[in-house]
Amino acid sequence: MKSIGLLGASLLDWLEAVGRAGIFLVQSIFRLPVRFKESVNLLVKQLYSVGVLSLVIIIVSGAFIGMVLSLQGYSILAKFGSEEAVGQLLALSLLRELSPVVTALLFAGRAGSSLTAEIGLMKATEQLSSFEMMGVDPLRRVIAPRFIAGVICLPILSLIFSASGILGGHLVSVEWLGVYDGAFWSSMQQSVYFDTDILNGLIKALCFSVVVTWIAVYQGYECVPTSEGIGKATTRTVVLGSLAILALDFVLTAAMFGDF
Amino acid sequence: MSVVDAYIKVQNVSFSRGERSIYENVSLTIPRGKITAVMGPSGTGKTTLLRLIAAQLAPDSGKILVDGQDVHALSRSELYKVRKKMGMLFQSGALFSDMTVAENIAFPMEEHTKYDAKKIADIVADKLYSVGLRGAVNLMPSELSGGMARRVALARAIALDPELVMYDEPFTGQDPISKGVLVKLIRQLNDSAHITSVLVSHDVEESLSIADHVCILAGGRVIAEGSADEIRASDDPEVKQFLNGEPDGPVPFHYPEEDVSGRVAL
Repeated sequence: MKSIGLLGASLLDWLEAVGRAGIFLVQSIFRLPVRFKESVNLLVKQLYSVGVLSLVIIIVSGAFIGMVLSLQGYSILAKFGSEEAVGQLLALSLLRELSPVVTALLFAGRAGSSLTAEIGLMKATEQLSSFEMMGVDPLRRVIAPRFIAGVICLPILSLIFSASGILGGHLVSVEWLGVYDGAFWSSMQQSVYFDTDILNGLIKALCFSVVVTWIAVYQGYECVPTSEGIGKATTRTVVLGSLAILALDFVLTAAMFGDF
Repeated sequence: MSVVDAYIKVQNVSFSRGERSIYENVSLTIPRGKITAVMGPSGTGKTTLLRLIAAQLAPDSGKILVDGQDVHALSRSELYKVRKKMGMLFQSGALFSDMTVAENIAFPMEEHTKYDAKKIADIVADKLYSVGLRGAVNLMPSELSGGMARRVALARAIALDPELVMYDEPFTGQDPISKGVLVKLIRQLNDSAHITSVLVSHDVEESLSIADHVCILAGGRVIAEGSADEIRASDDPEVKQFLNGEPDGPVPFHYPEEDVSGRVAL
């Protein structure tokens, strides 16, 4: 009986936390910027640190994933004499599934954790209180530009991941394993559709970007402002972010491709 | 106490954090245009008092009037307007780590005034001059020593010419020279700009040397209030223990235990 009560209590706590995070999200998006030019500057700065600085890890991991996919795909497809279908395999698995998911996972580790740690440290060093004391809403000044930058960056990074993966796969399958170049590209061109594949992948990436960045900024803003608290919040960002991505991916995939 | 022109009135305020009660029915007055020192042992909620005055925290009961306005009854935008009249020097300085010294001081002006860049630069130079750091204008906060950071934070706190400046433990962790500089600056600012200053500290000597009015908080209530001389002359045992730094007295050396028996055995 007691355990049912505990379960209910933890469910209520969880619901309350989600509600708080939801209000927090709405408040930080819908606070209109007071000075347009300054908001643009802040956003550009965040786009750089969240997006541009994540490029290296995205391009390198994309290339390696593409290379591994080609190797694995080639060894199976070669048994049926249809090696050139490796182009199709590569493009579809990257665009539909791997790019959004892996990019979002990497993004949670690279950009999400740094967002949480940065905001947490700003809280610990009283910078957030300081904004409040100056009559400046920290949600508008600190949270909003970071959140918007994250949401913009992830889908773009996901596209870059796909491109890098396809080029990496091309390197392995065409240059190394000797798949015919023309067949590689034409099998890809025949089977990839803009709306079912590219657009669906982008929608996935957009959903992940909202969830991951939301978790990251919320964890930073709500963390206990001590070294231990910031450490825990950063871990939570990565763990919760990754779990949310994988669970959400299942839901989205079922909705998009479930009727095949 | 004689009738004074009060800038801040704390009326019967109670505040608790979780189960722990921090204040019970505390009332105190902060006179206009003077330096008021709020002293007390660590953990008596001195910083909490400043946060209550700035309405970053809300009391469980009671009222806080700042210049006649109940700060906890204001809407968010009205509150932000009142806060423009307040400057606060945080314990850590709280300079924005991604901006230079000049940008830090310019920030409140850019945010709240329509001054052009030239005027802002002039005011920044002026404020930095008044804290003796004009040469540091282009440094980043990470390049400043602790004392310098606090002086820059002070320059930022007075950038909008506030009516009230609150100092949260300004002397903690400062070397004797920095302490001396800060004492002089706080006095100078208060007198030249007719600011009301509230100083929260447990540095007895520095605080008593500049304060016009002193409140001592302990155990969630005000145990003494008056001028520095009155406080020094007090024969209340609690006040004496605090001022002289005696290890044992009304504030016990031992942290209270409920039942020792059976728990000491290892």
